[in-house]
Amino acid sequence: MDLNKEKLLEMLKHMITTRYFELSVDRLYREGKIPGGCHLGYGEESTGIGVIAALDKTDYVFSNHRGHGHCIAKGLDLNRMMAELWGKSTGYCRGRGGSMHIMDVKNRLMGTTGIVGGGMPQANGPALKSMIKGTKEVSVVFFGDGASNQGTFHEALNLASIWKLPTIFVLVNNHYAEATPIEYACNIKNLADRAKSYGIPGVSVDGMDVLKVYEAAAEAVQRARKGEGPTLLVLDTYRYAGHYVGEPEGYRTDEEIESYKKKDCILNFKKYLIENKYLDENEYKIIDENAKKDLEKAIEFADSSPLPNISDIDTDVFV
Amino acid sequence: MERLLTYKAAINEAIVTAMRKDDNVIMLGEDIAGAAGREKLVGAWGGPYGVTKGLIKEFGDKRIFDTPISESGFLGAAIGAAMVGMRPLVELMYVDFSGVSFDQFLNQAPKLRFMFGGQVTVPITVKTLMGAGWRNAGHHSQVLYSLFAHIPGWYSLAPSTPHDAKGGLLAAIRNNNPVILFEHKMLYNVTGNVPEEDYELPLGKGEIKKEGKDITIVALSFMVNRALAVANKLEKDNISVEVVDPIWLAPLDEEIILNSVKKTGKILIIDEDNPRCNMATDIAALVATKGFDYLDAPVKILSPPNTPVSYSPVLEEEYLISEEKIEKAVRDILE
Repeated sequence: MDLNKEKLLEMLKHMITTRYFELSVDRLYREGKIPGGCHLGYGEESTGIGVIAALDKTDYVFSNHRGHGHCIAKGLDLNRMMAELWGKSTGYCRGRGGSMHIMDVKNRLMGTTGIVGGGMPQANGPALKSMIKGTKEVSVVFFGDGASNQGTFHEALNLASIWKLPTIFVLVNNHYAEATPIEYACNIKNLADRAKSYGIPGVSVDGMDVLKVYEAAAEAVQRARKGEGPTLLVLDTYRYAGHYVGEPEGYRTDEEIESYKKKDCILNFKKYLIENKYLDENEYKIIDENAKKDLEKAIEFADSSPLPNISDIDTDVFV
Repeated sequence: MERLLTYKAAINEAIVTAMRKDDNVIMLGEDIAGAAGREKLVGAWGGPYGVTKGLIKEFGDKRIFDTPISESGFLGAAIGAAMVGMRPLVELMYVDFSGVSFDQFLNQAPKLRFMFGGQVTVPITVKTLMGAGWRNAGHHSQVLYSLFAHIPGWYSLAPSTPHDAKGGLLAAIRNNNPVILFEHKMLYNVTGNVPEEDYELPLGKGEIKKEGKDITIVALSFMVNRALAVANKLEKDNISVEVVDPIWLAPLDEEIILNSVKKTGKILIIDEDNPRCNMATDIAALVATKGFDYLDAPVKILSPPNTPVSYSPVLEEEYLISEEKIEKAVRDILE
């Protein structure tokens, strides 16, 4: 594995930051500071961070409604993310989009989306451009087990397969599409088998292990850059969070949630890093404390930022 | 220099012109080349009606892309490519097929720039075939342009002449916003003067296709042709009909419509789209709210019956708004 200490600690930092970001958002929503619904991904941080660690800055990421972790891994500014959730004019989208539409074109985080499956066809776009221009950028799209039942999954994978597009389809299987369990909604057990329909590699990965995710993603990126076409990665993971903040839970058992917490991706990564002498408890504490501070700064920034001017209501519909 | 071209040929010329001048213009659609992947046969069709003939030969398969039957898939890919600097032209073979890709039309292309706070442009153009008259029945004969005029974030136009088709498509492709161009089937083989040079229609500007003073007819696309035929006939009876062609549905040229009603005091709006909530009702509301004082008679609308398009020719002819119906409506208003 070609991950050096600096990169590994960066991954850890992103995971911890995401965890605190999500937990803060949960609290702030319940306190009424964040006005709109959010879909949080604490528990599945390893999926976004593991994949994006295998990308270059010039690669494209299409995220979904549970995308804060993707944004953080792609290097987005916490302050502007938080401000967007608060609906402030200093947010990434000037308060236009909220949690489900964060976007940072400079960092090539090409948007989060409110339509399940909405991003998959679009992810083929930058990939098509790379193919036409002969450049090496790849395009990654994150979506869930629920989205893999949407027609756009079929259309996007088929299109990518016939044109050998450098698109990496990342199916984050957290076992639930809102309140509906995956074993009900899909007739097959192994979602990676769906790749066979398109003649592309389908790789099942333990999504709770950030390094396994990284490895699988790195291979898929290599294939894509060599012109060998798309890959379907299926990352088996879990979200402790409900589908949205404040939802009426009840579709899963506490035992199930607790059993996954024992495999927590951050704690296991920390264990690996300490055992392999990449860091010790004190260094971990520093990273942890710094993450907390970054969150406090972001909340402070959002809180003190101005609301959008109502005259802004119809700007930027058209160029 | 002008010469006579068919509407189809004018569309082809616009695409060739745009693609020669800008490498980032690419085209995606079903059978726009034909025989994809078969070296000796590629380009066999050039589109189901030959509109895109010759394109793959000139521009190759890295600019002209035949697609599988996956409208969401290829329209979405075009939107993604547009966000990163390409300038895609997508052919939606029949507007009726917008159903299977409607999320991309409704929630994606027109909303992304706005929701992302202006960070991206989406310079995508969709061209699509619409309208009744070819005995294609209910799933291949709709107009539906009103649905798209209803969605904020799309520009759209329905050129009624070969001249407007070429200039309109060039304007659409070069506009940095999502634009839909509606081609009517019955216009495909109509000929008209088309300049050889590169030119673009100005955004959101309609045209008075025939000046008159007794009554205003506002019509779109194929209905402009029928209105003009009636206007020319009524001239012999000393009835002076002004035919206003807005060309663009969004932005709508309100000024040209209101100025005409101010002049004539009477308006007939002809719209082939379904009668509930169509462009005619929109324009009628415009006149009622902003031009009420100009009216000497109530606004009149001619639209098809509130039904799908039938197959049998006698029924389809009844569906389409005939010149007889238009003439009768004009005479009724003027009485």
